[in-house]
Amino acid sequence: MSLMKLGAVSALALTMATGGALAKSDIVVAMQLEPPHLDPTGGAAGAIDSVLYSNVFEGLTRFAADGSIIPGLARSWEISEDGLTYTFHLAEGVTFHDGTAMDGEDVKFSLDRARAEDSANAQKALFSSIDTVEVVDPQTVKVTLSEPNGSFLFNMAWGDAVIVAPESIDNIKQQPMGTGAFRFANWVQGDNITLERNHDYWGTPAKLDKVTFKFISDPTAAFAAVMAEDVDVFTAFPAPENLPQFEADPRFDVIVGNTEGETILSTNNKMPPLDNVTVRKAIAHAINRQEIIDGAMFGLGTPIGTHFAPHHPDYVDLTGNSQYDPELSKQLLAEAGLPDGFKTTLKLPPPSYARRGGEIIASQLRSVGIETEISNLEWAQWLEQVFTGKDYGLTIVSHTEPMDINIYARPDYYFQYDNPEFQALMDELTRTTDPEARSALLKKAQTIISEDYVNGYLFQLATPTVAKSGVRGMWKDAPTQAVDLTAVYWE
Amino acid sequence: MLRFVLKRLVSLSLSLVVASVVIFLFVEVVPGDPAAFMLGLNATEDTLAALRDQLGLSGSLIERYLSWVGGMLRGDFGTSYTYRTPVSEMIADRMWISLPLALYALTLSTLIAFPAGIWAASKRGSLADVSVMGLTQLGVAIPNFWFAMLMVLVFAINLRWFSAGGFAGWDAGVYPAMKSLTLPAIALALPQASILARVMRSSLLDTLSEDFIRTARAKGLTKRQALWRHALRNALIPVLTIIGLQFSFLLAGAIIIENVFFLPGLGRLVFQAISARDLIVVESVVMLLVFAVIVVNFAVDIAYAAVDPRLRVRG
Repeated sequence: MSLMKLGAVSALALTMATGGALAKSDIVVAMQLEPPHLDPTGGAAGAIDSVLYSNVFEGLTRFAADGSIIPGLARSWEISEDGLTYTFHLAEGVTFHDGTAMDGEDVKFSLDRARAEDSANAQKALFSSIDTVEVVDPQTVKVTLSEPNGSFLFNMAWGDAVIVAPESIDNIKQQPMGTGAFRFANWVQGDNITLERNHDYWGTPAKLDKVTFKFISDPTAAFAAVMAEDVDVFTAFPAPENLPQFEADPRFDVIVGNTEGETILSTNNKMPPLDNVTVRKAIAHAINRQEIIDGAMFGLGTPIGTHFAPHHPDYVDLTGNSQYDPELSKQLLAEAGLPDGFKTTLKLPPPSYARRGGEIIASQLRSVGIETEISNLEWAQWLEQVFTGKDYGLTIVSHTEPMDINIYARPDYYFQYDNPEFQALMDELTRTTDPEARSALLKKAQTIISEDYVNGYLFQLATPTVAKSGVRGMWKDAPTQAVDLTAVYWE
Repeated sequence: MLRFVLKRLVSLSLSLVVASVVIFLFVEVVPGDPAAFMLGLNATEDTLAALRDQLGLSGSLIERYLSWVGGMLRGDFGTSYTYRTPVSEMIADRMWISLPLALYALTLSTLIAFPAGIWAASKRGSLADVSVMGLTQLGVAIPNFWFAMLMVLVFAINLRWFSAGGFAGWDAGVYPAMKSLTLPAIALALPQASILARVMRSSLLDTLSEDFIRTARAKGLTKRQALWRHALRNALIPVLTIIGLQFSFLLAGAIIIENVFFLPGLGRLVFQAISARDLIVVESVVMLLVFAVIVVNFAVDIAYAAVDPRLRVRG
C-alpha cells in the first residue's frame, strides 16, 4: 500500500470513528442448524441459503425483503413476444471473490451445470423449461425456453440458481466463492462460519466488516446464549415460550415475521377412508387452528385455509371452508358411512410444530371419533416412510418452498392428489406471463384445493428473530430462507 | 510372555473384525436414504440417482463393506456424505475439543475424588466420612445436564464470568480455550468425581483390613503411615480401572453436555451424523472408538501381566 493511500485510509477511518461514534462493525448471528456444506446449488438444506444467499452468492434475479423479485446480477432484461426468449443484461464490473470477472460465460456455466444430466441440484425442476443458454457478449446472455414459463424470473431468484465460477466448483462445498457483498472467510465445523466484507463489491457495499454465524441447536442453550449476550441476533429462535421474556427486556428486540412455510396436516389421498372427500372435510372441520397455534406455537402463526402464503397479494382467505365445527364434522363422518369414526396413522417429523401440534390435533380428532396412532419419526425416516414410501395416513409438515402450490399438480407427490382439472390449471399458469391472468389462475388454484380438502390447512409458520436493540436492517419476513445481512448495521 | 502377547493380539484382531461387521450392518439397516435427506422434498428421481452414484451408495453391501474396511486399513476413513470432507479430518478437528475436555474433566474429578475418598476412609464413621458420603450420593444423583444449566444461569447469565457456551478455539490462545471448556468440564467431572471418591473410599477400607496392614501396624507404623505407605498403592488398582472406563466414556459420552454448551465435540458429531444419515461418519467414528477401547484394554492386559506373573499363566 502506498503512503498516500495509507494516509487516505487512515483519514477515512478517523472520520468514520468520530462520525459513527464507534458503531460496532461486526455481528454474531446465531441459528439452530449448521449447513452441511456451502454449495447452495447442490443441496436442499435451508441452512446453506441462510448463511450464503445474497451475502456471498447472487443470482440473475433475487428476492427482496418483501418477497418481490428484483434485478440481481442481471440489471435488466427483455422478454420476447412469445415468452420464449429472455435476454439478460448483466451488471458491469462484477468480479468473483478471487478477482476474476463475472461474465456471460459464468452465467451459461451455472445454468448448464444446474440442469445437466448428472446435476445434484435439489431444485432441478426450476431449470427444466430452459432449452438453450447463449452468450451474446460478455454482458449479455440469451436464455431460450422450450415452452413459456411465467415463473422463470421467480425461479432464477432461488438460492439454487445463483451464479458460480467454474474454477471454484471443485472446492465450492468448503470454499464458496460468489459475487456477493461478503466473502467467505472461515468455517469452524460444528461451531461457526465467518464472512468478511467484500471491498470490491460491484453494488452498494455492506455496512458490516465481519459477520459470524454461530450454530446452537439446543433451545435451552439458545436462550442462554442470547441472555448472556454471546450472540447479537438469533434468527428463527427455537423456543417461542421464551419470547415474552425477551420482549420485556430492554436489551432485546423481538421481530416476528412470516415465512413461506405453509404448515399442513398432509393427508394420504389414496388411503381409505381418506380418499373420500367427505371424510377429509370432516377432518378439516374437526380442527381448531387457533388452539394449535396457541398450544404448539405459543400464539405465533397465521391461520390459513389453503396452500398459499397469506402475505402474498394473490392470497385468498379460505379459512371459512374449514371452520372449527365438531358437530358438523361428526355429521359428515356419518354421511360418509363412518358414524363411529375410524383409525389412521399420524406420523410426526421432529420440528416442534409437528410434535406439539400432533398431540393437539390427535385430541381434537379423537373428540369426533377419529383415532390416530402417533409415531414420532426422524427426518430421514420421515422421508423414507412418508415422503417416498407414502406409507401414512396423516402427517404434519411445513412446506417452506415459496410459491409451491404446483406440487398439487403432481399425482405421485406424497399426498397423492390426482385432479386433472388442477393439473391443467397449473399448465396454464406456467404458460401465462400476464400478471393479471396469473393472479386469477392462482386464486382459482387456491380455491380448488381448499374445496377438495386435499390436506388440513393449519397455519403459516412464523419466524421470530431476537436481536440486540440497536441492530437495524434485518429482514422481518423470510420470503426465501435467507439471512440477508448486506444492509444490516448498528445504530 | 511372547506367547501371551501373541494370543492377546489374535483376540484383539478378531474383536476388531467382529466389531466392524456389527457396526457396518447395524448402520446399514437403519432406514433412511442419505441422498433423499440431502436433497429434500423437491428433488427429482434422476437427481437422487446421480447423487447416490457420486456418494458411492450404489454398490452391493459386500462391495461397500470391503471398500470401507480396505480404506480404513490404509488410513482412509472415507468422505462424509453431507460435509464432503474426509472423515479423518472431521474426527481430528473434533478430537481437539473432546480430548482436552475429557482430560480436563478427568483431572478435575481425580483432584476432587482422591483427597475426598482418602479423607473419608481414614476417618471412617466420623462426620467427615458421613458428609463426603452424603455429598457424593448427591453428586451421583444430580443429572449433569441440569447442573450444567444451573451453572450457565449463574456464571454466564447472571455473573457474566463465562460465555454460555461455544468453543473459543485453540487459535484464540490456551487461556480462552480452556476457559470455554471450564464449565463443561466441571459439569462432567461432578458425577465422575462422586463415583470415584466412593470407589476410592471403599477400596481403601478393604485394603486397610488386610493382614499386611496389621503386620505393618505391628511393625510400629502409625495408622496414617500404614495408609500412605502400604494401603494406598494396593487400593489404587480398582480406582485406576474405573478411571480408564471413565475416560472412554468422557471421550464420546459427553454428548448431552456438548449440547448444553454447544461444543462441537465428537459426541455431537456422531449425533448429527446419525440424524443426517451420514452413515460413513457414524461407522468410522464408532469404529475408531471401539478400536481405542480394545487397544486400551489390550495395553492394560499386557501391563497387568508384566506386573503380575500369575496372570501370564492364566491368560
